[in-house]
Amino acid sequence: MQNTSLVIEATGLEKSFSGRAAVCGIDLRIPKGGCFGLLGPNGAGKTTTLRMVLGQCHMSGGQMQVLGQSMPAAKKAVRAHMGVVPQLDNLDPDFTVLENLLVYAAYFGLRRRDVEKRAQDLLAFVELSDRARTRIGELSGGMKRRLSIARSLINDPEVLILDEPTTGLDPQVRHLIWNRLRSLKRDGKTLILTTHYMEEAERLCDHIAIMDHGRIIAEGAPRELIRGYSEPDVIEVQGAPAALEQQLAALAGGRVERIGETLYCYTRAARSAVAILEPMSDITYLHRPANLEDVFLKLTGRDMRE
Amino acid sequence: MNHGLILLRSANWSLPRPAWTALAVWRRNFLVWRKLLGPSLLFNFGEPLLYLLGLGYGLGRFIGEVEGLTYIAFLATGLLASSSMNTSTFEGLYSVYTRMVPQQTYDGMLATPVDVDDIVLGEMMWCATKGLISSTAILIVALGLGAIEGWQPLLCLPAFFLTGLCFAGPALVVSAISRSYDFFAYYVTLVITPMYIFGGVFYPITTLPDAAQSLVSMLPLTHAVALIRPLAAGHIPAEFALHVAVLAAYALLGFYFAVVLIRRRLIQ
Repeated sequence: MQNTSLVIEATGLEKSFSGRAAVCGIDLRIPKGGCFGLLGPNGAGKTTTLRMVLGQCHMSGGQMQVLGQSMPAAKKAVRAHMGVVPQLDNLDPDFTVLENLLVYAAYFGLRRRDVEKRAQDLLAFVELSDRARTRIGELSGGMKRRLSIARSLINDPEVLILDEPTTGLDPQVRHLIWNRLRSLKRDGKTLILTTHYMEEAERLCDHIAIMDHGRIIAEGAPRELIRGYSEPDVIEVQGAPAALEQQLAALAGGRVERIGETLYCYTRAARSAVAILEPMSDITYLHRPANLEDVFLKLTGRDMRE
Repeated sequence: MNHGLILLRSANWSLPRPAWTALAVWRRNFLVWRKLLGPSLLFNFGEPLLYLLGLGYGLGRFIGEVEGLTYIAFLATGLLASSSMNTSTFEGLYSVYTRMVPQQTYDGMLATPVDVDDIVLGEMMWCATKGLISSTAILIVALGLGAIEGWQPLLCLPAFFLTGLCFAGPALVVSAISRSYDFFAYYVTLVITPMYIFGGVFYPITTLPDAAQSLVSMLPLTHAVALIRPLAAGHIPAEFALHVAVLAAYALLGFYFAVVLIRRRLIQ
């Protein structure tokens, strides 16, 4: 059954590269409108999943409908309505900023005279109007990212896929990009985004799926995930003696984790914990509400990934 | 898992179905070329002028006539074929590899309705166009020098394009399986240069030993020369259809294998 309120509906999606499984049978249902976040450590299978959505890599198993059409058979038709901001910029270095948009439009079969105005508007949207004639090699990382976003919008797509759109950018550019993404969301476009920044996911996404080792291990709205997977409060303690660790662990409704010198106390009894900590003069602590990063680390562990 | 591997392979081997978007790929390369028109044309016209003046007149004085042509005419009509081969080959190696690997131009295209089939067709047409441009420049130089004359040499233009297509496919295949630019040395030194030297550009293949002749007559450049030289000199080529068929067959096979191997590289 085809569901027209979904932009992506996948069941049992699988991908292996010469025997090594990258995506192990995931189900995806991404509704029209809003922002869907795909989170996970490096190598979790996020980019591979997005590549299958675009028909840029063969599916090893499962079924997928994108915009109501079967993949990968309908990949060309599907891509005509998609915008893509890739993880690594692949702007065309042989052209200027404006030419990049016009040449890219031609890949969609759009004619220059029909997109010239739109290209100028998009440059204004990402604040690159004064760079229209600059060559790609002379742009900073942030400018390239903004141009990639403008390029992804040249075909007025229904769905925008952003693979780590703000990785490596300074706070000014990140805030500008977040702002633009929110305005695209308001315009009714569907955003699908991968990121390593939990703060970014919390700010932008309406719905999140956390992936690890090729599987989706948790799914829901950011607040739901925090409520469902973490105690409401976190207290980070520096320089805590072992006795204190036991004392905090003994409090009802919580757990304690030690990472090097830092003690992380996840708790439902923040008041009692603070009452213990406050009189102690030889330690410093920080009391904050639980966030998505706490959920992420709880679910995917603290081990480093390649 | 094995099942997955077989599926993957068969998907790559399916028959190419390129669409009109191939023209957008061709046009992208044309727009870049147009930006560098000056140096490109200087190269296209300057090189053959030097060759024809230096070798044609210089060597021609000692050689006299070859197969009823002055040596400069013989050389010029041979270079018409080899220039399409060389230009198309180098575009299909260095430029295509640059767009495929370091620049990731194709990855950008694959987010649009352009697919691998279209990229390969567009690139092959572009390689052939560059071959056509370089051979046409030689044709103009040769006409200017009076090495060839009349209007019939213009009939060569489609043959230049076909020769370019014929060599574009194998060059794309080599690009698709190369891990770096260095790998191209095998193909250029072992395949292209021998054809250039032995394929009848500088002297008739009838001067080669019999065994070598039958080997050389299977090579595409030999057919390109056998097609283009008479056309440029004002004759009807013997076995016209055979030469066209051989070049077209190389072009079609090259296209197919280039599509399969570039799918394997980009789509996985």
